[in-house]
Amino acid sequence: MTTTAARNRAILWLAGPAYLWLLATVLLPLAAMLYFSFLTVSPLSGTPEFTLAHYRTFFTQEVYLVNAGRSMMLGLHVTLLCLAFGYPAAWVLARVIKNRWREAMLLLVVLPFWSNGLVRTFSWTMVLTDYGLIGRALHAVWPGAPSIEIMNSYPAILVGLTHAYLPYVVLTCYVSLQGINPSLTEAARSLGASWGQVFLRVILPLSLPGIIAGAMLTFVPVMGSFMEPRILGGTQAIMLGTLIENQFTAAFNWPLGAALGFVMLGAVFLLMALFWPLIRRHVQGVAA
Amino acid sequence: MGSVDLQSVTKTYGATRALDEVTLTIAEGEFFGLLGPSGCGKTTLLRAIAGFVTPDSGRILMDGQPVERVPVNRRDIGLMFQNYALFPHLNVRENLGFGLSVRHRPKAEIAARVEELLRLVRLEGFGERKPRELSGGQQQRVALARALATNPRVLLLDEPLGALDKNLREEMQIELKQIQRELGITTIFVTHDQEEALTLSDRIAIMRAGRVEQIGAPRAIYERPATVFAANFLGAANLFTGMVEAREGGLTRVRLEDGSLVTTRDEAAPGRQVTLAVRPEKMQVAAPGEGPNRLSGTVSHEVFTGTAVILRMDFQGRAISVFAQNDGGPLPRAGEALTAAFDPANAVILTDPAG
Repeated sequence: MTTTAARNRAILWLAGPAYLWLLATVLLPLAAMLYFSFLTVSPLSGTPEFTLAHYRTFFTQEVYLVNAGRSMMLGLHVTLLCLAFGYPAAWVLARVIKNRWREAMLLLVVLPFWSNGLVRTFSWTMVLTDYGLIGRALHAVWPGAPSIEIMNSYPAILVGLTHAYLPYVVLTCYVSLQGINPSLTEAARSLGASWGQVFLRVILPLSLPGIIAGAMLTFVPVMGSFMEPRILGGTQAIMLGTLIENQFTAAFNWPLGAALGFVMLGAVFLLMALFWPLIRRHVQGVAA
Repeated sequence: MGSVDLQSVTKTYGATRALDEVTLTIAEGEFFGLLGPSGCGKTTLLRAIAGFVTPDSGRILMDGQPVERVPVNRRDIGLMFQNYALFPHLNVRENLGFGLSVRHRPKAEIAARVEELLRLVRLEGFGERKPRELSGGQQQRVALARALATNPRVLLLDEPLGALDKNLREEMQIELKQIQRELGITTIFVTHDQEEALTLSDRIAIMRAGRVEQIGAPRAIYERPATVFAANFLGAANLFTGMVEAREGGLTRVRLEDGSLVTTRDEAAPGRQVTLAVRPEKMQVAAPGEGPNRLSGTVSHEVFTGTAVILRMDFQGRAISVFAQNDGGPLPRAGEALTAAFDPANAVILTDPAG
């Protein structure tokens, strides 16, 4: 009896602060935003009344639907790019590089985390142009070099966001690849599998949890991103994320901004629900 | 189908010679054991045969064909890992069918073969289970069946029973031997467990520091060890050093360093310094007295094992053991005098000096 009570007390003291913090800083403001999204005006700036108009706005005004679609495509593209670059790097980290070198390489991967996001994004503006350091150096060495000017375009957004989210994908894929027993590869080889078959039938399915985790950690925030599109995107900057930001910082229409945010959250939940059977089937077999 | 020939196979890692001019011939259908302490190169040799290790020099032939340049997946081998290496995301049926599936065999053929394998290792009804839902012994049987699925010409086993507890291991030894006999598949296995090597193998190669120390049938190696290492690694041995005096009447007379006289049937030139090995169970407690092959001393301590008593006695500065059957008769105790005797046929002259 006493031990159970002591255990429960310990759990309360250990986990309590974190949950209280989350409650105070995330759930309460989120609940407030949810409440705002059903009001005509923000309670801070007038007398509000209940309305569904903001949600109706999203589904009736083309600009929101189109940009929601663009944001989803952006999320998809960045996620695919992160996987294309991150998965092979994670493989090398997990299987090829050993000991101290591995630690050093992991540190390099994590480095973008430690730099300020705004500084990181602005530094790209000096790289993605012909008039930046790299562009000038390239043209000095090779006068006939093709232009590397991609500033203020969709590709520039992709570069900035891929850079920002690559560490998540590398780390989640690294963890799941590292957890695969190397003798499974040898077993598959001894049973006659080519390297391609080893990858498709053993490595890929066993590292799927890491791929899925990395993809979710990338796709969701990229869909709502506004800083990178605004700084790097030029005329391509308008995304659902920047539209939401606008409502809060420029139009001061908090209820509409909140409603758009919750529509996006709903879309994310919907996507998860669609993919859940696939995720569960693969994660089940692997977590042994 | 399934002979393996190793000719002067050498592999170095930095300054260490993991394999040093290993030459071995393993016949079709043979159950061949590679026995040795850890680091002796036995696992490297197995991995070289499998194709995971490329020798620096030497040849590896299967059925007379060189295979050094054949990649693992085309070597037509079955390999069983010590940790089984079952695919955790596949069920038993899919694990067993993996080899045929990557060879793009028809589904019906795979299904039929999997059924056959499940029967072979007595796991009918377990086909839908995931590896983690099986006991250690069952996982071991799945691993064996998976290695056999494609009817490989050589079966390679890396410490096949190492992860099982004692009772299960003995049971699996019998089962493994039975399956191997039934299929007649050439089998090479690695072990550090001398009992396992003796029980399973048709022939054993004792390995030490990358070299093959001795090759032979278990009984032949046990009864006639060639070197001090072989004598000590496979069973226990009492070692005596002395000088050959003469050869007469079919016996070689050896004067030991303390002056006592022993004889052996083994031949050696007079004047040669030799080391003799006698197994503890080949020494008997004898009546006190002088004469050849009688060694006297004081029992330093005794170990009671139930069926026998192992008497330890200091002789020539080495501890020697006498294995006395617990037949109810009186046995000397610690501190008492002991005379041990042996038959000249049971004293083996080793090729290298005792260290």
